[in-house]
Amino acid sequence: MTQDVTDPIIRVRGVTVQFGATRVLDELDLDVKRGEILGFVGPSGAGKSVLTRTIIGLVPKLAGRIEVFGVDLDAADRASRRAVERRWGVLFQQGALFSSLTVRQNIQFPVREYLRVSQRLLDEIMVAKLVMVGLRPDVADRFPSELSGGMIKRVALARALALDPELVFLDEPTSGLDPIGAGDFDELVRTLQRTLGLTVFMVTHDLDSLYTACDRIAVLGNGKIIAAGSMADMQASEHPWLRQYFHGKRARAVVGESAATAVR
Amino acid sequence: MTGDPDLQRSGEGSALSLRATGAWTAPFAPSLERLVADAEKLAGKKIDVSIDVSEVSRLDTFGAWLIERLRRSFTTGTAEARIDGLSANYASLVDEVRRVSAAPDGDATAVTITGMLGQIGRSVAGIFGTVAALIDMLGAVIVASGRVFIHPRSFRLTSTIHHLEQVCWRAVPIIVLITFLIGCIIAQQGIFHFRRFGADIFVVDMLGVLVLREIGVLLVAIMIAGRSGSAYTAELGSMKMREEIDALRTMGFDPIEVLILPRMLALVIALPILSFLGDIAALYGGGLVAWFYGGVDPEAFLLRLREAISIDHFTVGLLKAPVMAAVIGIVACVEGLAVQGSAESLGRHTTSSVVKGIFFVIVMDGVFAIFFATVGM
Repeated sequence: MTQDVTDPIIRVRGVTVQFGATRVLDELDLDVKRGEILGFVGPSGAGKSVLTRTIIGLVPKLAGRIEVFGVDLDAADRASRRAVERRWGVLFQQGALFSSLTVRQNIQFPVREYLRVSQRLLDEIMVAKLVMVGLRPDVADRFPSELSGGMIKRVALARALALDPELVFLDEPTSGLDPIGAGDFDELVRTLQRTLGLTVFMVTHDLDSLYTACDRIAVLGNGKIIAAGSMADMQASEHPWLRQYFHGKRARAVVGESAATAVR
Repeated sequence: MTGDPDLQRSGEGSALSLRATGAWTAPFAPSLERLVADAEKLAGKKIDVSIDVSEVSRLDTFGAWLIERLRRSFTTGTAEARIDGLSANYASLVDEVRRVSAAPDGDATAVTITGMLGQIGRSVAGIFGTVAALIDMLGAVIVASGRVFIHPRSFRLTSTIHHLEQVCWRAVPIIVLITFLIGCIIAQQGIFHFRRFGADIFVVDMLGVLVLREIGVLLVAIMIAGRSGSAYTAELGSMKMREEIDALRTMGFDPIEVLILPRMLALVIALPILSFLGDIAALYGGGLVAWFYGGVDPEAFLLRLREAISIDHFTVGLLKAPVMAAVIGIVACVEGLAVQGSAESLGRHTTSSVVKGIFFVIVMDGVFAIFFATVGM
């Protein structure tokens, strides 16, 4: 990539979202840099998913400007919007796999839509994606209702990655997974980011994910970004919610563990 | 930054060197696939093959896989193709796709005679399965009502009233409108044809008997099968999909008692009421047409109606209603609980709930016709 590395891949400026009388996002600013894994945290109901959905255009905003890959999504025409959509992948909280399609058809769906390639290549790419997300190719002909929760997440990630996007949005990717599965998932996101050069926007509640997977953390509170920076910055912060979150009982356990593994 | 991808060949004799250039990424996949397929034709003829990827400007899974596919097709027994000039960032990607084994075969199944015969056999066997499921549900509902009868406290009044509002009260406008129009049409057609032999007044006989005995209840039952039967199936089906029914069971509730009994009861109460309203609307519509189109004034219409029909006609119609309601309800609930995990399955069962519901309503109507003829009503 010869594009300017310092140029943010997502630029959110002054975004306001309101549902009825409640203001969920209040003139929010956020940058996501190319190639980083941004962990996005905040209390339940603070509007993390709303921001994600606003960026990908599922929630209308009252005011503000959102640029992805340098394209202003409101000003863009249909064709350039589609071109942007082709370059990102989205993993929804519940997976959002198409329930009447098999795993194979789910993963091939976006590829088939955008590229005219042979069935053989479609199948091979599908298997490659399954292997990448750590699944065996023999799940290809199962339906989503026949998969476990962790497998659904993985297949959904494979579908999000089907077109080799440059940017992926992960909405609570590790929620509902057991700790080992969640750890594997973090590892997977890291590996994929390294191999494919992905930029990852990850909404999460999982402290482990923040420690092991994320390069940078942004915290949402009262409709604004109250802090953004590295894990060390977060721990040094004096903000009450941040102190509680990063110095709580569970956080200490995680920090203790990662310190222990570092020593080992 | 990105050029169109290309694959240049050079080398003599058994040696071949392939030089990949440009962007090997998803948007170029169709042309990449052609390039690779062309080069693969040489497989088997060349022994010493190297693939130079140092000039590839960008690489993603698609490109990495196609290069890997190329390497594999030139790798035969003794000789192995080399990949040269792989930069460090892309090496891990190529390693990743190297783990891919051959793709499993697609699920396309050929159409065969045995397959078709098997399909027919399964469908026929399915009919017995359907009937068995309906009888099973009927039994379960009867048992549940027996339990509720013994322990009236477990009866869900609020839920029943709620469903009664949905299937009865809210259905009144549409039922009245449709039956009114059908009454009008029957009267108009009757007058039009009876007039030729001067039997205008007999249209009242036809209207009365037809509406009260058959059309009123049948039409209402068919509309309710479409309106409420489908709603029941969709509601229960999506509850099944979201494991809500399993949740009820684990909390010690009987889904039949909590979900199905109130719905059935609401339907069994609603259908006679709606049939009654439908009868009246149809007679009213027919009367209006007879007055304005046929010149039969209301007084003569009512006089004739009293002579033409007995209370039996009305009773026959209303007696059928609760039974048809039970049939619609049972079919809808069986279909709802049969929904599997997918949206497609929900759609299929909702359709079949309406189709089977209407079918069984008509079958029941035939059975009733024979029964009432025998008992002389």
